Amino acid sequence: MKNEKLCYLVTLLLSAVFVFGFSNGGDTPPKIEKEPALLLDTPFDKMMAVLMHKRCVNCHPSGDTPRQGEDSHLHNFGVVRGEDGHGLAGYSCNTCHGEENNDYSGVPGAPHWAVAPAGMAWEGKSRIEIAQQMMDPARNGGRSHHEIEEHLTEHELVLWAWEPGIDAEGNEREKPPVPKDEYIQAVREWIKSGTNIPNE
Amino acid sequence: MKITLNINGEQKVVEADGKSPLLWAIRDGAGLMGTKFGCGKAACGACTILVDGKAVRSCSFPVQHAEGKEITTIEGLSKDGKIHPVQQAWMDEVVPQCGYCQPGFMMATVAMLEKIPNPTDEDIDNNIINVCRCGTYYRMRKAIHKAAKLKNGNS
Repeated sequence: MKNEKLCYLVTLLLSAVFVFGFSNGGDTPPKIEKEPALLLDTPFDKMMAVLMHKRCVNCHPSGDTPRQGEDSHLHNFGVVRGEDGHGLAGYSCNTCHGEENNDYSGVPGAPHWAVAPAGMAWEGKSRIEIAQQMMDPARNGGRSHHEIEEHLTEHELVLWAWEPGIDAEGNEREKPPVPKDEYIQAVREWIKSGTNIPNE
Repeated sequence: MKITLNINGEQKVVEADGKSPLLWAIRDGAGLMGTKFGCGKAACGACTILVDGKAVRSCSFPVQHAEGKEITTIEGLSKDGKIHPVQQAWMDEVVPQCGYCQPGFMMATVAMLEKIPNPTDEDIDNNIINVCRCGTYYRMRKAIHKAAKLKNGNS
């Protein structure tokens, strides 16, 4: 009698597990938000796909604190831009970031490691707004087209984006969505053809 | 590779992989054990030293980049038998508990006081971001203010 009761209870329990465990959600597939496809048709498209990537925007923040990581979280340890973009007097970017990536600590590094000036904030802006800001001498530090081209295609900190190294757990950081040579070519073509910014 | 380091005013030749952390060269190569290994990823600050007067995390500083530069560790703060104001203040305020992280805090403080001779509480909060698991922050704050006074000759 005892065994029969036990058997009955176990059957009931297993049925419940089956019903609730496998019927939850029914036939409706999980909803996956699809990211809009990257535009990579024109030189402008290719250039902006790179400039809007986290490897660039993390250090062009809208506030005083840069972002970091693949999820672009606010930089740990209360890091701030400081007066010259290199952090604070006693605690600067170079306290941790060196001239090159450090595979031992997972700390990324490149020459001139710094946060972009507040006037060059890109975070939260559209690609059109970023392009307009970048080409406006009043907002780009007085740079000419030639100087912008040099910065975008030759500056070691910009080109670091294609050699971003590994994090402290050994995971490779994501690179921009356009190969470096193709990006450099796109920047040059866009500037040579008159820096046209499309209407969107 | 053989690398010559200028640590606390003395030339030390160490054998090391050029990309390996300066911390290892200081501890294992030069035998100076005051600088501590904490997190190994430039987060906690236990390994803080000075390179050309600036605070750096030695766990994240390739030893090859230290060649030709002036390296100062906690052992090099005292000069000519006279202890540094930061060391004096740390003793006066009995700051350490377990003590493990304290050399890093003291070196970070030395670097800050060179740039900010009279730090406010806010300056201290912003510039000294090392981690102390014993929670000696309150005593450290007092010691940093005291060190500033001692350094400025206002004891």
